Parts: sequence; C-alpha cells; structure tokens
Amino acid sequence: MSADADVQALRRKGRIVVVGASLAGLRAAETLRDLGFTGSLTLIGDEPYEPYDRPPLSKQVLLGMEPAEDTALPRKRDIDAEWRLGAAAASLDRAAEHVRLVNGDAVPYDRLLITTGTKARPWLHPEEAALDGVFVLRTRDDSARLSRKLAAGPRRVLVIGAGFTGSEIASVCRERDVEVTVAERAPAPLVGALGEVVAAAAARLQRDHGVDLRCGVSVTALEGDQAGRLRRAHLSDGSAIDVDVAVVSLGAIRNTEWLAGSGLAAGPRGVACDAGCRVFDVNGIVTDDIYAAGDVARSPHPLFGYQFLSLEHWGNAVEQAQVAAHNMVSTGPDRRPHLWVPMFWSVQFGVNIKSVGVPTMGDQLVIAQGALAEGRFVAVYGYRGRVIAAASFDSGKWLGFYQQQIETGASFPPDYAMVDRRTDALQPVDPAFPDPHLPTHEPTVTLTGHSPTERGVQFTAPRA
Amino acid sequence: MALGTMSAQITDFANRADPYPLYAALRKSPVTRQDDGTYLVSTYYEVRSLANDPRLSNDLRNRAPGAGGPAVAEEDTNLPPSFLFHDPPEHDRLRNTTMRPFGPPHSPRFLHDMRDDIAEIITGLLDALEGKDEVDVVEDFAYPLPVTAICRILGVPREDEPRFHGWADTVASGLDPSQGKEKAQEARRELGAYLSDLIEAKRRHPGSGILGSLAQETGSNGSMSTAELVSTSMLLLIAGHETTVNLIGNATLTLLRHPDILKRFQTEPGLVVPLVEEVLRYEPPVQFIPFTAALSDIDIAGTTIPKGAQVWLLLASANRDPKRFEDPDRFDPDREDNQHLGFYTGIHYCFGAPLARMEAQLALPLLFRRIKNPRLTADPPPYRANPVLRGPHHLPVAIDGLAA
Amino acid sequence: MRLVVDLNRCQGFAQCAFLAPDVFVLHGGEALFFTSRFDEGLRDQVEQAAAACPVQAVLVDYSDEPAKGAEGHVG
Repeated sequence: MSADADVQALRRKGRIVVVGASLAGLRAAETLRDLGFTGSLTLIGDEPYEPYDRPPLSKQVLLGMEPAEDTALPRKRDIDAEWRLGAAAASLDRAAEHVRLVNGDAVPYDRLLITTGTKARPWLHPEEAALDGVFVLRTRDDSARLSRKLAAGPRRVLVIGAGFTGSEIASVCRERDVEVTVAERAPAPLVGALGEVVAAAAARLQRDHGVDLRCGVSVTALEGDQAGRLRRAHLSDGSAIDVDVAVVSLGAIRNTEWLAGSGLAAGPRGVACDAGCRVFDVNGIVTDDIYAAGDVARSPHPLFGYQFLSLEHWGNAVEQAQVAAHNMVSTGPDRRPHLWVPMFWSVQFGVNIKSVGVPTMGDQLVIAQGALAEGRFVAVYGYRGRVIAAASFDSGKWLGFYQQQIETGASFPPDYAMVDRRTDALQPVDPAFPDPHLPTHEPTVTLTGHSPTERGVQFTAPRA
Repeated sequence: MALGTMSAQITDFANRADPYPLYAALRKSPVTRQDDGTYLVSTYYEVRSLANDPRLSNDLRNRAPGAGGPAVAEEDTNLPPSFLFHDPPEHDRLRNTTMRPFGPPHSPRFLHDMRDDIAEIITGLLDALEGKDEVDVVEDFAYPLPVTAICRILGVPREDEPRFHGWADTVASGLDPSQGKEKAQEARRELGAYLSDLIEAKRRHPGSGILGSLAQETGSNGSMSTAELVSTSMLLLIAGHETTVNLIGNATLTLLRHPDILKRFQTEPGLVVPLVEEVLRYEPPVQFIPFTAALSDIDIAGTTIPKGAQVWLLLASANRDPKRFEDPDRFDPDREDNQHLGFYTGIHYCFGAPLARMEAQLALPLLFRRIKNPRLTADPPPYRANPVLRGPHHLPVAIDGLAA
Repeated sequence: MRLVVDLNRCQGFAQCAFLAPDVFVLHGGEALFFTSRFDEGLRDQVEQAAAACPVQAVLVDYSDEPAKGAEGHVG
C-alpha cells in the first residue's frame, strides 16, 4: 500500500513543522517523538519564549506568588526540535508546502500542525488602548507588566468584561487589597459561559469580596491626561470613574491572520478541522497534510450534535495535540477521533469553578446538589431532555459522575434521589444564556461559480 | 447476621491471609448480588464510579435493617455518627471543621511540621530493639508508632493509651459485617465518655494537638457540637490505631516476601515513595467499604442495584483488576500508572492519608536500615481478625541485631 | 526543575498541599495554586506530592534547564 509506505517514510525522515510554540505545540511534538517519529521537527513561535503555562498568568503571577518567567512548561521528554522562536509565521504557501516567517525565511514541511492559539481582543479604540495604564492579559509579558503595576498599588483598577479572565483579575485585585470596578455588558459575570442563573452566584461572590460590580453597562471611552496616562473611564450609563489601570478582558480572537490567502477554512472563529484534526480548505474539503489543535482549532463533536466546537481550554489543547500528532503519522484506519469532553476550571474569590460538557447548549438547568445561596453547588444543564453539561462551585469531586451522565446521554432532569439534594423534586429553569442572534464578528461565506469545476467558496473577512 | 455466600467467604478468617483468589473470582462479574440482597462491587472502574456517585449514601440512616456496617446507633444524640457516616452537607461541615487545625487551607504546615517529631518516635522505637534477635514488627514498631503519633496530633495523653487501646480495637471490630454489634457499641460508649471528659478539660486548657483547637469550635457560634466532636475524635483516634499499623505491617511483610526489591530498597531509600503507593494498591490496609447504601436504582455494568440495597465496594479487589493494572498481582514499585484506590476516592477519601503516608515514608527506610538481615519466621503471619482493616496481628522477624 | 498540575483532573484532594506546602497551596476549600519552578531543596517534597496525587495530575520535569536551543533563534 503506497499510503502505508508514505507514512513509514514520513515517520523516518519526514519534515514536521509546528506553528505555535504553545502547550498544544509542545505536547504534539512530544507525542510525535513518543510515536517514533525520527524526522525533523521544527517549532515556530512568535514570542521569544519556550512554551509556557497560561493559567497561572491570571492567578499566581498576578498575586506575586511567582514571576511570569517561571511558568515554562515541564517537558515530558526530550523532543530534539529546531526552535524558531521570536519569528512569527507570516504566511502559508500550500502549493510550495512551506511556511514563510516574518523575517522572510521559508520553512518547508511535509506535515504542518497549526497551534497558534489566540490573542486578547484589543480595546476597540487604538489611541485609547495606547494610554499608559491600559492592559490586556494573554501573554507572559502582559502578565509580568500587569503584575508590576498591581504591586505598585494603583488607586483603582477597571476590569472591562467579566468573563473568566476578567473575573480572575478582579479577584486578584481584591486579594491584593486594590480597589476594583468591573464593567460588564451582560447582566452578570460569566453569563456567556454559564448563563444568568449560575452567574448570579458569581456576581454575589464579586460583591461579597468588595468588587464594585457594574452590570448592564459598557465602557464608552477611556480618557488620558496630558502625559498620556489613563485617568478616567466613561460608562454607557453616563457615569465616569477615576481609574489609573484598565484591563481589557473582552475575550480572545484566534491567531489566523497569517493564514489569509492560504485557502484554508481559517477565520476569526478559528481553523476548521475534522474530528481527526485535519484542516478543511475553504471549500470544505479536508486536507491531508495540515492539522490543527488547541484554542485555534474548531472541530465537530459527535456528542454535541456534530457542532463545530472551538474550545479554549487547557485540557483540550493537550488532548487534541496528542490526537493530531498521532494522526499526522498514521494512515486512515489507524487515525483517532478527538472525542474529549470539554472541561475547564477557574479560580476566583477563593472558589473553584469547574465545568464539564457544553453548558452553552443547555436549554434547561437544575441545581442538583448543594445550593446557589451557599456558593457550593452543582448545576446540571439539559438539552432536549438529555444531560449536556454540569458546572460546580467548590464541588468538583462530583463532576466525574456528571461527565458519565453526559457521555451516556442520560435523561434530564436527573430525577433520582442523591446526596445533598435540597428539594424533593428538581424544577428545571431556563439557564438564561444571552441571545445568540446578537450581531457577531463572523466572516461571510458565499458560493461562487457555476460549473462543477469552478464552483467554490468565497470567504470574506469580517469588518473589524 | 447471615451474610451472602461470597461476603461470608471474604469475612471468613480462613481467607484472611490471602483473600485475593476470592476477589479474582468475584471480578468475573463486576457487580454481584448476594442472597441477602447485598451487592458486591469488585472491578476498578465500577468501584471508582460508585465511590463518586451521589446516589450512593454513607449515611447510616439509609442502611437497610440488619445490614452490616459500623456499630453506631443511628439515633443516638449523645454519640452521633462521625463524618464518615454522613452525607453532604453535614459531612462537609464536619470534615471541613475538623480539617481546620489539621491541614490546608487553614493549617497547611501543621503536619509538615510534625515530621521531626515522627522521625524521633521512630528512632526511639528502633533503639529499643537493641539486643534482640527476633522482633515482632507489629507489636514493637508498626503499632506503637501510629498510636504515639495520633495521640500527639490529637493531644491525647499517651499514658492513657492502655485504657483506650482495647476500646479502640473493639469499636473497629464493629466494622466487621460478620460480627454482632453489642460489644462494639458498649466500647464506643466507654471511649466516648473518656473523650468527652478529655474535651471538657481541653476547653479550659487547650494544650497542644488539634482537639484543643476543635474544642474551641464547639461554642455557641462554633461549627460543630460537643457530641459531634466526641464522635469525630473517636473516628480519628481509632483510624490512627487501626489503619497505619496495617500499612506498615503489610509493607514490611511484602518487602520481606520480595528480597530483590528489599535489597534495592536498602541502598535506595528514596524508593519508599512509590513503594508505599504500591503497597496501598497491592495490600491496602482498608480492604473494602461495607456500609454504603443506594438512594435510588443505579444501573452499572449491566446490573441494576435497586434503591435501598447495601453495597460493598471492594477496594482491594479493584486494585488488582487486570483491566486497569497491568500484571496486577505483581508487586512493582516502579509501576508508572498507579491510581490505586487504597485510600478510597471521592468525598470520603481517607482524612488521615497524608499522615499515614508521612509515617510510612519515614518509618520504612529507617526500619530497614537498622534491622540487620531480616527474615520472616512465619509466612503467612497470624492475621488480625478484622476483615475490613486487614493486616498481620504479629509479624515475627528474625534479625542479626541492630545497625547503629 | 518545573512542574504543572492538570487542574481538570485535580479534584482538590490536597495531598500535595500537605506533603509539599512550599510548592502547592490550597486557595479556599478546593482550588489549588502551585509554583511552577522549584529547586533541588524541594525535590523530595515534590516527589512525594506527585506520587501521592490520587488522580496523578502532577507532571514534574526534573531536568535542570530547557532542552538545548529552546531560547533564541537556532539555525
């Protein structure tokens, strides 16, 4: 079989290039070597650092428990790679089979893995974003800068956006005894991820810890002084607050600009790939030499209606990287699907928040164990009569059970007796997620051409 | 009480020295119903799954009449069940309160700071073996070490030990599903009265140890009642008496049965870290959990455990499940993937696990550095009667004296 | 030497925080913080903590420094 022979040759002396010297990139490289890949391995990274761990950047590092540069990831094994660090990939030429770097170098590949991850969504007004005191938090350098600023004792910090990162930053501020205002457009923190019912518990956590939490408002302008230092923020309710630090926490955008013109199905929502991590081209045809993993990848998940899920989760990066690596050096029948059940965690205000499954798909919710009011509970999400997700506040030991319920398509609501259930009958409520029909930043796709040979897809980048 | 066929065999003293063939037979079916309506769970994934299943209760009020379990009267307000026999939220309240003076987040260094004390106890016990050519590793070492340590940790006078030794043993025997409960309940009352007096004294003079701190928690704004503290301290005292002794005893016995590994251990004391984990898998001090009850029907491995059924989780069997552990009957401290269930899992994970680990990790290297040329003189050694808390009653070992 | 904890796997058993309190810290009742880098003096603690983790969530790399050429541009 020629395919087998090709893969054997690839394993022996092929060239594998990983763009994105990240958690996913590193774990993929280790897996390739574990699988006996002896060819050349190149890791390309835009930052000048070896792969590091991001979760501590919004927690331990900001708290001053460890410096940002200590977060380099442990290695599972020696990977004998060529590192091209501090030289971002600028473009991909699929015909020539090479990646072009910003410094002009071309790096040829036989197999390419895309693990470029995400970057912080910047503040929408560039001149305001440039003010001294305006931060984003995504990279090691971001964290080091913000940590120094917090240590210097600012009078008041404004956190713009109360997703997980924003909420964690607010938590750190309070722990460091720094005054903090959180401005969130939605009715509560974490609404987008967990829905309003659970988010109410998150809002109470913030207020109990002294956060000036303002929901249902957006920041309309950041105002600086003569010297270009941030002084004041204006909110959509007409109020203004004096602040010397603002952290823009409006979520992430995928690092896919470098793929513009490559003909791959890559855009602001990520790089579309199949469940085996093989990337689609814009026509929806799967490539066989280009793979994606981690935050940047979007792939269909059989457990969740084959929806394309894009999971910005630590565990997903690890698992998907291993599947991608395996499939890169395997032939058809040996390839494996990426069937990871989504999971994430966040630590804020001394509470461990964990989730399993896809809460945002939930159309109903019950508090199965514990109580919202006690800040210690498990919320279970249902979708069309099946358990689809669970989220816990300081009750993580129970999530393994709910993961099994999700994996086996157990019926919702869970109508059985169990420990720490507070009501005789569980009354499902609407989890109250934001309206998905609100305008988004998505690209437009149009079909073009008439004859079968010229029929294709036109991919239009979104307006900024 | 009458036990189901397999449960009777497990508790039968004749099988104490080697229960593993019984477990192997049980694993042919992950969940087995006994004649008395009890369900035995023997395979790794099923035990782990049920240990984390909120439909399974440790609350004794949910157990079927006449079912096995500890000698606790469900409705005794003077001596209520400890947190081990509660479900959340009471379990969480009591366990978290007890954790305050003992471990993180409030007292993260308490146990760590006991290391030197424990090492000193060990050295003292070993020094006392001077001049002997045969030692009973249980009587002379594995038993007095954890007892002395738990007394110091709790703040219980060591000199009272002869008084409560017998009570502790008898209360623990109540865990044996094949035994009657009367004696154990009587011992529990006596031990309770002793601890009650002690806690009363601690309230005025806390002294060292965690009982002094916990006594302060029992005030009007505290998070546990005095009666709850009495039963909690009884749990800790008994667990300190009846479990770590088996960990150290089982580890010593296993090492003496594996001379190659023992030889390596004597020159490589750091091996103790994975070695203790492997003992916890291979010869777990707590063999099974015989007191959980199903709150609703539970479908598992093709069987439905009906609501109200008593469920035994066979930890020692799960730890030898070939579907989970490669070559499970081989004792292998180099095992890469050792997620054993020796300390159970889920919310009832062993409270004293860090103490047990610390004691074993300090004790075993010192023991085998000091005793010269140890040889088992009886194999199998005489076992303790208790089938749940299983370990040698005596472990006679011939030695060529003591190294400095 | 460095480590990372898979906090998806971690269930807050806190065994690491008992055995290596200089490296692992419980933040509240269940959440775990850790310091990613440690030196020789803490090696024994970290080994004990990693072995004790009931869900084996601690990954430790005892090599001293990053693999050759990890910093800066090579070739």
